[in-house]
This record gives sequence, structure tokens and C-alpha cells, in this order.
Amino acid sequence: MALCSVLRGEFADFSEAPDQPSAFGCGLNQTDLGFGATLGDSFNLAVKTVGDEEGPERKIEFLHGTTTLAFKFQHGVIVAVDSRATAGSYIASQTVKKVIEINPYLLGTMAGGAADCSFWERLLARQCRIYELRNKERISVAAASKLLANMVYQYKGMGLSMGTMICGWDKRGPGLYYVDSEGNRVCGDMFAVGSGSMYAYGVLDSGLRHDLTVEEACDLGRRAIYQATFRDAYSGGQVNLYRVHSEGWENVSQEDVLQLHHQYQSQKA
Amino acid sequence: MAARYDRAITVFSPDGHLFQVEYAQEAVKKGSTAVGIRGKDIVVLGVEKKSVAKLQEERTVRKICALDEHVCMAFPNQSTVFISLTADARIVINRARVECQSHRLTVEDPVTVEYITRYIATLKQRYTQSNGRRPFGISALIVGFDYDGTPRLYQTDPSGTYHAWKANAIGRSAKTVREFLEKNYTDEAIASDNDAIKLAIKALLEVVQSGGKNIELAVIRRNQPLKFVTSPSEL
Repeated sequence: MALCSVLRGEFADFSEAPDQPSAFGCGLNQTDLGFGATLGDSFNLAVKTVGDEEGPERKIEFLHGTTTLAFKFQHGVIVAVDSRATAGSYIASQTVKKVIEINPYLLGTMAGGAADCSFWERLLARQCRIYELRNKERISVAAASKLLANMVYQYKGMGLSMGTMICGWDKRGPGLYYVDSEGNRVCGDMFAVGSGSMYAYGVLDSGLRHDLTVEEACDLGRRAIYQATFRDAYSGGQVNLYRVHSEGWENVSQEDVLQLHHQYQSQKA
Repeated sequence: MAARYDRAITVFSPDGHLFQVEYAQEAVKKGSTAVGIRGKDIVVLGVEKKSVAKLQEERTVRKICALDEHVCMAFPNQSTVFISLTADARIVINRARVECQSHRLTVEDPVTVEYITRYIATLKQRYTQSNGRRPFGISALIVGFDYDGTPRLYQTDPSGTYHAWKANAIGRSAKTVREFLEKNYTDEAIASDNDAIKLAIKALLEVVQSGGKNIELAVIRRNQPLKFVTSPSEL
């Protein structure tokens, strides 16, 4: 099983059978490694029907109750998330941590299944640390996101639900990758994931420039999440804002959405 | 005493030797000489070429192989009288080439010379610690440039150890060549690309009968692929 090989094996695993074409670890023993499958799948954030459409049964892929976003700008990467968890129409928690601190210079966001996200990103943290020790240099964001994508791809179709953004800063500058349990892995300058993502995109698209100052970028991220929580019932709680810069990440602010609401209201007046 | 402890690879002798590994190192010493030099913007590999039989196609007897665009390795090989350990080298090179590409796939970066050397060394070490197999009978010189432009030269041996070198020689008469290099490898000696190449040729000429036919020379310049030097006009 792929998980066993990740947990047991080493990173460029030198297994007992030397005749295996030793790919670069993580249980890549199967020959069908390709990402070809994703070329057909569109980058789809909408509700999707999966497999047999038996009656009213629909499997919501990853349009889960959340809003998370990340974007690159000249001074790094801004990561902003809400903090609401819902079970149907019941608000289970308003204080969920949806940003996972993989290591001091890599962040991952959580959308979809909370258990899936936090488990796989913790595994990713382990792999990243092993890489760092073996190769005496930090892992690049591209490689980290590739490792995560390869890990979950082996469980494709088995019900994992994870839509995460891997954000960091490496020798190539700021890095931002979207990785999900379908096997998508996309590099980009801006992503928003979750049920409130459409509202967030609206705000981000109108305000994003490459040459924002740190203050402006933080305000933009905060505003985008706020607007999403305003209209989306499944997003709310607090806005957690992180910034990734060349030295690592820092937690910029954690503000309650109601406070932001009053703040923006008074600005309007 | 050796007779009792050298049957199997997985047996230590009472005084701490792994005889099979040492015998493998002896096999290496029978091979043709290879020299590697790390310059400032160039890395040079030179190998003594044994004269080929008249009917043999010369270009099939290559001893310097590219592992990837920016990394190549050389190994001394035996003449065809003995067991041809070129075959061992072929296996190692193949695994290394696959690993270079796998690394590019999963990490989206070319391998560093140290990484692929470590991979080859770990491969060799594994064969010194499993039963039913014998060690690889080759030492290799691995040269190349890292992503950040640093030139590197590494040497591996059958036991699975590897070290970085500024200049080194392996194979027959390696000691003579290494002594020559220790005397003559200075910063001025490798000041330019051509100087590094000349040093490699001079080092090999210590032990090889002179004549261009007997030396196979290859260079990698920064950001350029492996190039075989076949005529003086290229220098």
C-alpha cells in the first residue's frame, strides 16, 4: 500500500529488489505515474457528480464549507483563511485553524476534509524534513507540492477529499501551488478554494497588483475573506492572515469577522 | 586466514576486513587509468584508452558516459581478457540515469552531483551487505555542475564510500597520477579552461604511452552539455 511505503520507506527508497526501477521514493512503484488524467479534468471548483448518478445521491467533491485564499505579490505570499466548520447547517466551530504550518517556511491551507488535509500535510512535513537532512538544503515549494500530489494520487478515487494550497519561499522566490485529492497540481499567482471562493475571487481580482505594499496586500486578503464570509453561510468566524517572506512565514493577524464588519461599515460612512 | 572469511560478502574477518570488498578494489586497480580535474568553470575527465582490436569499432568502447545534461562519469575498465567489469558499470550507469530523471520528475530540479554520487554509493553499499550478490567491481569519477553553477568532482569505490575531490585519479597507476596532481594542481594551473584540460592530459601522460590515440577526454563547461575533445583545435 502506498501509505505503508511512505511510512516505512526512505525517500529515494532503496528497496530490497534492486530490479525495480527506483523512482524517487514515495512508493512510486506503479508504472502509471502520469499526470495525464488531469489534462481532461478541468480545474473545477463546482459541485460535481461522481460515478453513478443514483437518484439524488451527489458526492460533493470539495466545495466544502470554507474560504481559503493565497496570492503572490512582490513581497511574498499572502495566505488568508476563515475559521468556520459546519456539519450541515450546524456551525460546529468558529475557531478552526485552517492554515497548517508544515515547517518554518512552508504553509498549507485546509479545504475539504479536515482530517485528510491535516494528516497528509503532516506526512508532507515529515518528508520535507527528511529531504532537508539528506540534501542539506531546504526543499523547494515545487518539490514539496509534488510530493504531496504524488502521495494522494495513489489514493485517487478512494474518497480522499483535500484541496490545499502549498505556499512558501524558496530559491526561486515566492511559490504557490494548488494541490488536491483529484491529482491536480497547478502553479499559479492566486488561488481561492472553498464554497466562498467565488466571492473572494471577485475582491482579489479587482484589487490584486504585483506591486502592492505589505499593508495593502494584507488588507486585500482580509477584505476578500470578509466579503466571502458576508455572503457565504458556510464561512465565518475569524480571518487568519499569514505572510510568507524570504525568511519564512509569519502570522500577521487574527481578526473576528464581526469586528471587520464594523470597521468596514464605519469606513463607508 | 583470508581463505576462511572471503567466501561470502557478508562475513567480517576477525581483524575487521570485508575481503570481498577489498578484492573488488583490487579489480579496480587493474583497470585503465582515469583522471578527473575540477577547474573553475570546467570539469575535465580523461581516461586511458586501451588499444582496440583491429576489427573492433572504436566508438563502442566508451568509458565516459553522460548521466544527465550536466553530470557525467568515468570508470576504468578492464581489458577483455578478464571478466569484463564494464558490465557492472553499465548497470550502475543505467540506474543512475533513471534516478536523474526521476529526481527531475519529483523535485522539478536537476540532480546535484552530490545527490547522484550519494545514490550510486548507496547502491554499491547495498551490494556489500546482502547475500547472494557480489560488490560492483568499479570505482567511478563523477563530475558535473550543480544548479547554482558550482563545479564538482566526486569519486566512489566498491565499498560504497564517496568523497569530493579537487582532482583525482583511479585505476592502474592511480597513485603515480595522484602524486603528479598533488604537485601540480594549483590555482594557476587551472586558471583557465584550457589549462585544466592540459593538466589532465599531462597527468595521464605520466602513465600512458604518449599519443593522442590513447587518451579519451571529455569536458563539461558550465551550462553546456558533455563534449568529447577529439582534436587539439578544440582547445
